[in-house]
Amino acid sequence: MTTASSLTNSFTTARLPKWVPWALLAGSWGVIATLFGLVQAASDSQEFNIVGVVFLGTILFDVLLVTISSLVEGARKARDRFVTSLVSTAFVIALLPLISLTYTVIADGWKRFDIAFFTQSMRNIIGAGTEQFPGGALHAIVGTLEITGVATLISVPVGLLSAIYLVEYGRGRLARAITFFVDVMTGIPSIVAGLFAFAFFALIFDNPGIRFGFGGAVALTLLMIPTVVRSSEEMLKLVPNELREASYALGVPKWLTIVKVVIPTSIAGITTGITLAIARVIGETAPLLVIAGFTTSMNYNLFEGRMMALPLFVYTQYSIPGTDVQPYLDRAWAGALTLILIVMALNLIARLIAKIFAPKSGR
Amino acid sequence: MTSTSKTTPVLRAKSRPADRIFSGSTLAAGVLILTALAAVAVFLIAQSIPALVANPEELPTSPSSFWEYVAPLAFGTVWAAALALLMALPVSLGIALFISHYAPRRIAQVLGYIVDLLAAVPSVVFGLWGIKVLAPFVQPFYAWLVDNFGWIPLFTPPVSGTGRTILTVAIVLAVMVLPIITAVCREVFLQTPRLHEEAALALGATRWEMIHTAVLPFGMPGIISAAMLGLGRALGETMVVAMVLSPAMVIHFVLTGSANPPTIAGNIALNFPEAHGVGVNALIATGLILFIITLIVNSAARVVINRRKAFSGANG
Repeated sequence: MTTASSLTNSFTTARLPKWVPWALLAGSWGVIATLFGLVQAASDSQEFNIVGVVFLGTILFDVLLVTISSLVEGARKARDRFVTSLVSTAFVIALLPLISLTYTVIADGWKRFDIAFFTQSMRNIIGAGTEQFPGGALHAIVGTLEITGVATLISVPVGLLSAIYLVEYGRGRLARAITFFVDVMTGIPSIVAGLFAFAFFALIFDNPGIRFGFGGAVALTLLMIPTVVRSSEEMLKLVPNELREASYALGVPKWLTIVKVVIPTSIAGITTGITLAIARVIGETAPLLVIAGFTTSMNYNLFEGRMMALPLFVYTQYSIPGTDVQPYLDRAWAGALTLILIVMALNLIARLIAKIFAPKSGR
Repeated sequence: MTSTSKTTPVLRAKSRPADRIFSGSTLAAGVLILTALAAVAVFLIAQSIPALVANPEELPTSPSSFWEYVAPLAFGTVWAAALALLMALPVSLGIALFISHYAPRRIAQVLGYIVDLLAAVPSVVFGLWGIKVLAPFVQPFYAWLVDNFGWIPLFTPPVSGTGRTILTVAIVLAVMVLPIITAVCREVFLQTPRLHEEAALALGATRWEMIHTAVLPFGMPGIISAAMLGLGRALGETMVVAMVLSPAMVIHFVLTGSANPPTIAGNIALNFPEAHGVGVNALIATGLILFIITLIVNSAARVVINRRKAFSGANG
């Protein structure tokens, strides 16, 4: 790729047919897969390494494509193809962890994804437990629902009202400051939110070892509010001004206009944003580790005693196992699977709400 | 936004109590957010002071001063995050370009969802995956690196037998910050003025030359702020570090050893449940330092983004 050759006219040189890159890709994956298969058959070791095949196959494809293209199409086109394949490779690289993670979580989580897992707590469970009581995550699921529920109850009104302030009322310095700091709040590390809740309640109740569920909810609120504000703000801004003006023209007061016209118009988008915000905080571990603590028993009371949450269940099952590690790991993976299913379900619901209830746009 | 702002003094709208209550409560909510952020700073500082004034001997590792206790933590935090960013940035630039300029439009949206899925995975699941799948997977590579490139200071022997090194942590962190960097870059690339792109193509540029001359210069501020947002996320990530890293209170750049500098967030998660007395305050003080670091990084990123918005034609 010298400077002289970079002046080739890419319109006059020969072109590779459209199917060539795809054929090359399939070919290189096939070649590498065969190689891996041969090595595997020779050493009869482990399972088939699909990640390695895709990765090495893609690299082989990149090299082949660039070489062929520079021979046929000239240096400029070859460089273009090189970047194209780099960019596509980047995408494949990002997919690898996702595939590996999904596969592992489903394969390992499935073992303990049974009825007992959802109907029992970990109270008095040692190791694999007994045939009848293998231990489960009910206490953690209840804790997660309560803590996240309270966090939602606090952050939705606050977040929505702030968004209304920013869009409908806010002018000048204060509004700009709120916008800026809401943006900054998005970046608060979750553990700092937990430490804040701890520092706050430890000082107020004068209890240096304080652990309770409501504190966890406060920490999650801190993480949830910026997401709610940002998404609601975007949605409120989308409401056409004509609707507001029509309402004012009929003599409707401003607050009623907002409550009866603006919010109903944007409610689908706002609900989507809230659902996504819940999905974001329901998997938070660090703040709950600090302020809600962990326990093996059921605790329905947010204001008294340690409270387990599902992400923390996964963490403690992994980090504090008994002498027989495997049952704890199985429970951890089952917890991880449950968690991912919940988050995915929330994301799906959010998308569905957005799609079904979206106001028809004029365009 | 609203039309009432231009009322003349003569025709002033009647001010109803309900109106005032409603606007007052929205204002209160906005102010509450600012207060909450201020409260975070105030209460963290209040709980940190005991650790700052305490006799250093009482701190967890009995260092000679509080700052000696913080130094390895701060170093590890920045080092791990920087490594993660180094890996994540090129890949997410590639993905963002792929989605915005390479993939067919119908596929592009689906691909965007897939990358967003990565962001939806809870960090504790990433931690479990990192320790159970990734660490054993990369350990042989580390052993090979140390055997063959041990003379490079980054790979000084001995190699970690478990793969639970700072490089593994950085890989997982990179995967976790990919979606946020990709999302911001994608937005910026999509805002490139259509005419710039078409002008480049009309002059006979290949797709890469078009991206190189039109898209990347336009998106540069966006890329920088995306990188900083990713950095902020990586700095504060807790569970992955707590689960994957095997920490020791050291400061060095070795990527593949078994003694790794810990990070602030990971250290808090590991030690907070058992901490007591001034140890709790010391951990909160490190949390305060983390808060300040991320606050600076995030504010800088936001300033860059906001300034760009001001003169970008795409928002006009």
